[in-house]
Amino acid sequence: MTLMAISVAIFVLLGIEHIRHQARDSFASTVSGVDLIVGAKTGSLNLLLYSVFRVGTPTDNISWASYKDISSNPGVAWSVPISLGDSHQGYRVLGTTTAYFEHFSYGNKRKLSFSAGTPFDATHNVVLGSEVAAALGYSLGAQIILSHGIASTSFTQHKNHPFQITGILDQTGTPVDQTIHVPLSGIEAMHARGSGSLGIDLPKEPPQKTIHEDLTPESITAFLLGLNSKMMIFGVQREINTYKKEPMLAILPGVALSELWQMVGLFEDVLRLISALVLVAAVLGLGAVLLASVRERDHEIHLLRVLGAPPYYLLLLIELEALLISLSGMLLGILLLYLCLALVSDNLFASFGLHLSPSVFTSDGFMIMLVVPGAALLTAAVPSMRIYAHARAYDNH
Amino acid sequence: MTIELNRVNFAHAETPEKPVLAIDHWSLSAGEQVFIHGPSGSGKSTLLNLLSGLLECRDGEISVLGARLNTMNSRQRDKFRANHIGYVFQRFNLIPYLSAIDNIELARSFSARCADRPTLRQTEDLLCSLKIEPSEWTRPCSRLSTGQQQRVAIARSLVNRPEILIADEPTSSLDQANRDNFMSVLMPLLADHKMTLIFVSHDLSLAQYFPRVQALDEISEAI
Repeated sequence: MTLMAISVAIFVLLGIEHIRHQARDSFASTVSGVDLIVGAKTGSLNLLLYSVFRVGTPTDNISWASYKDISSNPGVAWSVPISLGDSHQGYRVLGTTTAYFEHFSYGNKRKLSFSAGTPFDATHNVVLGSEVAAALGYSLGAQIILSHGIASTSFTQHKNHPFQITGILDQTGTPVDQTIHVPLSGIEAMHARGSGSLGIDLPKEPPQKTIHEDLTPESITAFLLGLNSKMMIFGVQREINTYKKEPMLAILPGVALSELWQMVGLFEDVLRLISALVLVAAVLGLGAVLLASVRERDHEIHLLRVLGAPPYYLLLLIELEALLISLSGMLLGILLLYLCLALVSDNLFASFGLHLSPSVFTSDGFMIMLVVPGAALLTAAVPSMRIYAHARAYDNH
Repeated sequence: MTIELNRVNFAHAETPEKPVLAIDHWSLSAGEQVFIHGPSGSGKSTLLNLLSGLLECRDGEISVLGARLNTMNSRQRDKFRANHIGYVFQRFNLIPYLSAIDNIELARSFSARCADRPTLRQTEDLLCSLKIEPSEWTRPCSRLSTGQQQRVAIARSLVNRPEILIADEPTSSLDQANRDNFMSVLMPLLADHKMTLIFVSHDLSLAQYFPRVQALDEISEAI
């Protein structure tokens, strides 16, 4: 039972540490190479969450004119507009331009790549994230209907605007995998007056229509900016945040992520505290079991003393026993964790887009693995000192 | 003399006013086999603990194999005991979850005398000479019969080839048949090895096996 308690404690502690590290790595690698994210005035976290992680709802749009104005700033190297608000079978639709596939990076500045097909080059083309294609069983050339709004079941479908799949992206381990990418013109076409959207039956628009000037959007949800020099980040950010024509917010992705960690840090601390308490209980349990065993091993102690075992040998014997139990418990806990990771990693990725690497050994994990045997040795000091005193008692008679 | 006690007085630390043993003089020659009897609680085990160096005697002289136990510290007495004294316990005191071989090897591990010998082979020879089947060697002792446990206990006490064997009521929990069987195995082995034996029991019927029989009250005046 003691072994199981230590195994569970190790499983919980290492599991939490592993998921925490992986979540941080995964979040931090979701967007890379983007200097500023710009959206309507809102909280920086909200802007980060809806523009990058597809979580939450945008508070407002920003005008296309403002986007073009800021994009023309000489310090801006590239810009990627994004437009959110539609979905397909629970997966978010992202309206953007082909610049998205050129400039958006994840991980260590890795560019998006295609497992099949090419970027969209017509209004009613669509590029799927890897998970969308895999989960819904879509392949190149298939047509899909997008829904208005972001609910998983929607009664308002853009039935007259079927989109043809022209590309499927490689897996990135980021929310990109769960995103459906369409041209901004496609978003505009779906929502344009007289387009036959929202279930109104109009003649179907041919899906191969090329991007047209008429379909230039009036507004977008946000845009990503890459600057010519990192030195210009704060200057451009200040310009955007004080932009007079329209209230906007520009955030640095890294800074916003730090705010996010500060928020979830408390939750992490609570989880760590709980698992640490589980460990303390397990180690104290080990001490209690060893103490009880000392009382039951009177004959064994006497035997060892008669055979010539010195008192310190008995002390070391108990300490060694504690060490072996704790190491066995750790081994069992680690094996259990590996087993669980193998079983749930696919589900975690599907549900939360969280990639869990098979290696559970981090610097914090190693620290835990040092602390556990240390704590076991410390707790075993009580029974081992008792057995030592018992063995010495012969001399003191 | 193999063992010699002079003016030994011993009382437990908790009851210094109540001496357990008071021996003016007592000795045992090499190869001698003595049977010491006395009622339970009379101090027989205390005498054995003093002779093996488990208990320290602060009053008097105890000489074993020419070494003065009184002048040794605890660690020296432990080493001396491991190297020179074999012990057979009441109910044999085998570690139940260890095999016969492991129980015997445990005794070897504390003795410096066998450090440079091929250990396992010697243990196996001993088990063979005690007629324990090889199939029983690796079974946990708790699963051996009483007769087999007796033999393993004897093998453990002899494995380091001690000059002195101490037997502390080893037959007290045995029936007549097992008791006779134990003695019939032990006594010829001692004769072969020319070992000095101190056998303690309250069972006077065992006296027939020994050339020298003494009541504890003949040795100690404290009773």
